[in-house]
Amino acid sequence: MTATVTEGRTERLERVSAATRTFMSRHAAMTPTFAALVILALLLVGAEASLRGDFVTPRTISSLLLDNAYLLILAVGMTFVILTGGIDLSVGSVMAFTGILGAQLLGSGVPAWLAVTVMLAGGSAIGLLIGVLVQYFDVQPFIASLAGLFLARGLAFVVSLSSIRVEDTGVLWLQQNRIRLGDWYITPTGILALVVVALAAFTLHLTRFGRTVYAIGGNEQSARLMGLDVARTKVAVYVISGFCGGLAGLVLTAYSGAGYPRNGIGTELDAIAAVVIGGTLLTGGRGYVLGTLVGVAVFGTIKTIISFMGAEQSWMQIIVGALLLLFIVIQRAIVARAERRR
Amino acid sequence: MDGALPLLELTGATVRFGADAALDDVSFRMFPGEVHSLMGENGAGKSTLIKAITGVLPLDAGTLTLDGTPVRFAGPHDAQRAGISTVYQEVELLPNLSVAENVLLGREPRRHGVLSQRLMRERAREILLDLGLDLDPGSALGSHPVAVQQLVAIARAISTDVRVLVLDEPTSSLDLDEVAELFRVIRELSSRGVAILFVSHFLDQVYEICDRVTVLRDGHLVGEYLTRQLLRIDLVQKMLGRDVSDFKARRRVPVDDEPGTEAFLSARGIASAPDLTPVDVDLAEGEVVGVAGLLGSGRTALARALTGVSRLEAGIVRIEGTPVDLDSPRTAIQLGVVYSSENRLAEGILGELSVLENITLSVQAQRGVLRRMRPARQRELAQSWVEALGIRPADLDRPAGTLSGGNQQKVLLARLLALAPRVLVLDEPTRGIDVGAKVEIQNLVGELADNGLSVVFISAELEEVLRVGDRVAILREGRLVDTLPSAELTVDSLLALVASPDEQED
Repeated sequence: MTATVTEGRTERLERVSAATRTFMSRHAAMTPTFAALVILALLLVGAEASLRGDFVTPRTISSLLLDNAYLLILAVGMTFVILTGGIDLSVGSVMAFTGILGAQLLGSGVPAWLAVTVMLAGGSAIGLLIGVLVQYFDVQPFIASLAGLFLARGLAFVVSLSSIRVEDTGVLWLQQNRIRLGDWYITPTGILALVVVALAAFTLHLTRFGRTVYAIGGNEQSARLMGLDVARTKVAVYVISGFCGGLAGLVLTAYSGAGYPRNGIGTELDAIAAVVIGGTLLTGGRGYVLGTLVGVAVFGTIKTIISFMGAEQSWMQIIVGALLLLFIVIQRAIVARAERRR
Repeated sequence: MDGALPLLELTGATVRFGADAALDDVSFRMFPGEVHSLMGENGAGKSTLIKAITGVLPLDAGTLTLDGTPVRFAGPHDAQRAGISTVYQEVELLPNLSVAENVLLGREPRRHGVLSQRLMRERAREILLDLGLDLDPGSALGSHPVAVQQLVAIARAISTDVRVLVLDEPTSSLDLDEVAELFRVIRELSSRGVAILFVSHFLDQVYEICDRVTVLRDGHLVGEYLTRQLLRIDLVQKMLGRDVSDFKARRRVPVDDEPGTEAFLSARGIASAPDLTPVDVDLAEGEVVGVAGLLGSGRTALARALTGVSRLEAGIVRIEGTPVDLDSPRTAIQLGVVYSSENRLAEGILGELSVLENITLSVQAQRGVLRRMRPARQRELAQSWVEALGIRPADLDRPAGTLSGGNQQKVLLARLLALAPRVLVLDEPTRGIDVGAKVEIQNLVGELADNGLSVVFISAELEEVLRVGDRVAILREGRLVDTLPSAELTVDSLLALVASPDEQED
């Protein structure tokens, strides 16, 4: 009797440990994402403790999504690009350009649906340009997207040198309408951002296109020899990133109630930082878009903590810098271990 | 088999890289259900031929027919669709994706239009079990050893409707059991009518599994033979070839019978896994030691171990009796030991830099970045070497990549000699260059030795090794078989030593 019980327990233990092993061998690449989750939890618990229970409230958490919706959208687009081993420096400027363009169009009486379409198309077009440069002219992604950055920023100033207020009720509704559940709330911009995450996760994991994105990051030459459509996929990830730039432009315009040509200077770096903190390898091929969600949450939480403490925002950059260093070291260690095993 | 129609036939195939023909008027055919081997030394054109039939490289001349119909592949994808699958020498898969995705990606099963990881794992599992491979198809490919990755690559190749399967050195990372398993799969496939091209430098394996063998040398077809009718020693001879040329006889240094007493450089028990088991080598001042061995015999591993390119795992090297630690090529150069790689283009010549820059590079590296040589001095130095070695055209400013192979090799030699070395280690310095330049380089090595330089001369051509070397070190499968004075050897006796000893079996 006792023996059977013990045996049952050993069996169960073995099953659990086998399941763990299977999980680990399948998802070793998730380790940095778990690390980011742990850090997020530590941040929340630490802030809650030191701020005497004023921090983790439905209000703060809800506003975290609201305040960072634009960054989340940019970071999702950036995840696609980084997974292929590329980089897109243009997204902050694209966001500013499409934002000011949209505000200008709305101000001159263009209907909201058309203005939004133009914003999304404009962002995608700049992404397409970068993608074509990278794929067909063999330009380094860094350089090609740097050109995109200057182009979009310049175009933003061409549209207007100063900020343009947005009066369109449809666009402002995206920000002002709050769907409430007790003290929790979510805005249409937040929903939009989460839908983008869900769509991206679906695309990356359950379509051939998504797996090709990972394949290119793993080994572009192999992906080509395996007969995958490398060229089209590489262009497409920059188009996606540009599209996300346009969408972020819309969200930011709704958020701030205006378009401003100096918006988003350096935001591309915030997006890259969020992606890396979320566990995506800068060399490509490994990472998760849900990790990017965690990365943005870490990023936003640090920002909120600092403003709660009334400290200088410059600390934000120092802390993010330190975190980035930490994560890059973790990733190096994982890659080095993977290489040793071979 | 001669009555049957070839499944795949290559006629008069020529592939050029710049001025050099990597494949020159080569014909090649494969019949359904046969296992065919492609043999040849490095640079013989094996890889080029494979790339030509798998759609990676276009033919500059000649035709490729499949079932008697001429075909032209725009890329590897085209070839795959026509039923020609390839497993490349270096594992060419995606370590970051799952095993199942590596087997099936590109034609993955779908459910409701969406890729189903579960179906993919099930399908992959069946294919892998077919290969006798029991592993979790959901695990990341990179978490498995290279041998398993290799088998996964084969699983991918045979999971399509394969008609011609090309295996390029598939066994180099497999152990004996895995090789046996692979051979079982090969026999199974060939009984289903698949034609298999098995490229390997392991003679034993070629004789075990292949029905027919095509031999290439220097981009030319030597011939096509039935394996069972071709003696091993004849095969090796056909691969290595012989050249007749007018080599000046050179004064032989009297070789000391007691090794180690007068050696300038002496290596004892040096090893570097997996290619070289402990080996002893002695090199007297002014002596040329030729190294003979097949591809994979450890000849390059020996050169690299002696020159600090790869670190020694065991053993000790003494120079003039003093133990030295050859921990990097830089240290070796400071000790006067210089190395010219067998891979002239990747590890030697910087094709876009001028002849002048290529020659003065080594001296400049010795001086360090801050002590730049005066341009006039550089020119003078380069000019003197161009004249001394007869580099043609004698244009210092010409990009080195535009020179012929022989002249590129001389530029490399000039670079090394400008360092005033004591020991010169030359790995295949005459490979792929024309006969005239070959003789010049052989003569140059002789002259250098006469002036007191010690030379290790590695070559796949036995006759050349015999003519240039005072003594010959014979390597086989990473072991030193013997070191003999070349006066006591003939090409035939050397051939017997280089090829497998169990010749009597055949």
